[in-house]
Amino acid sequence: MTLGIADWFGPAEWQAIALSLRVAVVATLLSLPLGVLAGYALARWQFPGKQLLNGLIHLPLVLPPVVTGYLLLITFGPQGPGGRLLDNLFGLSLAFRWTGAVLAAAIMAFPLMVRAIRLAIDAVDPRLEQAASTLGAPRAWVFVTVTLPLILPGLIAGAILAFAKAMGEFGATITFVSNIPGQTQTLPSAVYAFLQVPGGEPAALRLVLVSVLVSMTALLLSEILARRTAHK
Amino acid sequence: MTLSLDIRHQRDAFTLDVQVQAPEGVTALFGRSGAGKTSVVNAVAGLLRPQSGQISVNGHSLFDSAKGIDLPTHKRGLGYVFQDARLFPHLSVRANLTYGTRFAQSRPGPSTEDVCTLLDITPLLNRRPATLSGGEQQRVAIGRALLARPRLLLLDEPLAALDTHRKTEILPYLERLRDQLGLPMLYVSHSVAEIARLATTVIVLDQGRVVQAGAAETVLSDPQMVRQLGVRQAGALVPAHVIQHHADGLSELEISAGRLFLPRMDLPAGARTRVRILAQDVMLATQPPQGLSALNILPATVLSLKPGEGPGVICQLRFGQDLLLARITRRSAQALDLQPGRQVFAVIKSVSVDPVDVGRG
Repeated sequence: MTLGIADWFGPAEWQAIALSLRVAVVATLLSLPLGVLAGYALARWQFPGKQLLNGLIHLPLVLPPVVTGYLLLITFGPQGPGGRLLDNLFGLSLAFRWTGAVLAAAIMAFPLMVRAIRLAIDAVDPRLEQAASTLGAPRAWVFVTVTLPLILPGLIAGAILAFAKAMGEFGATITFVSNIPGQTQTLPSAVYAFLQVPGGEPAALRLVLVSVLVSMTALLLSEILARRTAHK
Repeated sequence: MTLSLDIRHQRDAFTLDVQVQAPEGVTALFGRSGAGKTSVVNAVAGLLRPQSGQISVNGHSLFDSAKGIDLPTHKRGLGYVFQDARLFPHLSVRANLTYGTRFAQSRPGPSTEDVCTLLDITPLLNRRPATLSGGEQQRVAIGRALLARPRLLLLDEPLAALDTHRKTEILPYLERLRDQLGLPMLYVSHSVAEIARLATTVIVLDQGRVVQAGAAETVLSDPQMVRQLGVRQAGALVPAHVIQHHADGLSELEISAGRLFLPRMDLPAGARTRVRILAQDVMLATQPPQGLSALNILPATVLSLKPGEGPGVICQLRFGQDLLLARITRRSAQALDLQPGRQVFAVIKSVSVDPVDVGRG
C-alpha cells in the first residue's frame, strides 16, 4: 500500500491548511499596495501625525492579539460601525467568515511588512530619484522604474514575512471570527481544536510540523532577500 | 540670454541672493565650497525652490514667484550631471543612457549613436554601472543627460570626484560638447584650471552673492579676483593660435603680444586655443634681459599694482590686446619703480604652462 501526500492528512486537516493558505495569500496581496504606501510615507514624507501613524501601524505587534481581535469585533462585527458600513456599501460581511480572518491576519502581519519595505526604501538613495526626474521622468514613472526595482528584494522579503505571520495568526482571528471548521478554522485554530479532544494529538502534531516548515522557509527566504538588498 | 536668474533664498544663517545673466556658451559658477553654487544649480533644476525670484531659460519661464510659476523638475527640459554620476545601478549602461529619451521626443538633439561616438562609450553599452571606472561612469552620466536633449546642461563639479588622470580624460569631451553641439552649459567648479579651459563667461560667488561676472578672460585677469581664486591659481587667460611645431619639441603660438614658445601641444597648426599663464610664473624686467634661459620675453605695460596680504604684489599688465597678471614681491616692485603706465618685459618660462591648462578656445 502506497501513501500519497494527500493521505498524510485527514479531511479536517486539509481543510485547515487550505483555508490558512487562502487567508494568508489574500491578506498578503491585499495589504501589499497599502504596505508600500505606508513604508514610503514613513521613509520619505514629513507630515503631521507621522509618529501617530507609525504607532498605529506597529500597535498590533505589541498589543495582546486577543485585544486586537476584540477591537476588530466591536468595529467590524455586525453591530460595529465598520461592519455596518461594509454591509451597506458592498454587502460584505466579515464577522465569523473567512473574509474576517483575512482582515485579522492582514492587520497582524502589516507591521512586519511595513518594516521590511521601509528599510528597503531607506536604503534607496533619493538622489537617484532626483537624477531620474532631471531626465524628464514624472514622479510615478520614477517610482516604477527606479524605486520599485531597487526595493524589490525588500518588498518580497516583507511579503514573505507577512505571509508567514498571516499563516500562523491565532489570537486575533479566533477572537474576531471564532473557530468554525471550513469557515474560519485556520491551521493554528485547528491545532488548538485538535488539542481539545481526546486522540487529537497526532493530527495536531502533523499540523504543527507543517506550521514549522512554512515558518522556517519563510524566515530563511526573507533573510536571504533582505541581505541582498543591504548589499546594494 | 540663455539663462536669466534672479533669486533669493534664506536657509538658517545663509542667504542666497544671486542674479545671473548667462549668454550662449559655457557659463562657469565659481566659488569656494559653501558659496552657494550648488544651490543656484539646484534652483535652476527645480530641486530647490527659492523663496522668491525668477528663473528663465531661452525666455521660457521655469520659476516666477510673483506669477506663481514653478515647473516641476521633470518638465524643465534641462540636463543635470552630478558630481557623483548617479547612474541607476539596476540598469545597463544602454538603459541608463536612454532613460530620458522617451520624454524628449519633441525636442531636436543628438542620437544615441552620436552621443556614444562623442563620448567613446559604445564598448560599454552592455555593462552594468558598478563595473565601470569613475571616469567611464561620469562619461555615461554626461551621455545620459545629453540624450534627454536639454536646452541647457547643468554640471555640478562633474570632475571633482575624479583623480587628475581621469579629469584630463573627461575635459576634452566637455570641450567637444561645447564646440560640436553648441550646447549651453552652466558649469559649477572650484577649479580655476577647469574654468580657464572651458568657460566663456565666469560668475564668481561668495557667501551667496555674485561678486564678479563677465567674460572668462576679463574675470580671470582681474587683480581683484586673486583673493577669490587663490594666489597660486591666479593667472591670465590669453587667446592664441598655433603657428607651427618645431623639431626640438616646442610649439610656436601667436598671441596678441607676440610669439610664445610652449612644450609641444597636441593641436594642429592653425588651431585656436587659449593659454593660461599663472601670475606666479611671470617675472618682470624693466630692460630686455640678456643671457637668460627663458624663451618667452614679451613687452607689456603696467596697468595696476595690488598689494596682497603677504609680501607679494599682483601686477596687472596690458599684454598686446590682452591682459596679463604677474605676482612679484613688494620689494621688487619698489626696486624696479613699477608704476601704472611703465613699459616692462614679461618673462614667461615656457615650461611653466601646464598642458592641462591649454584648451581649445
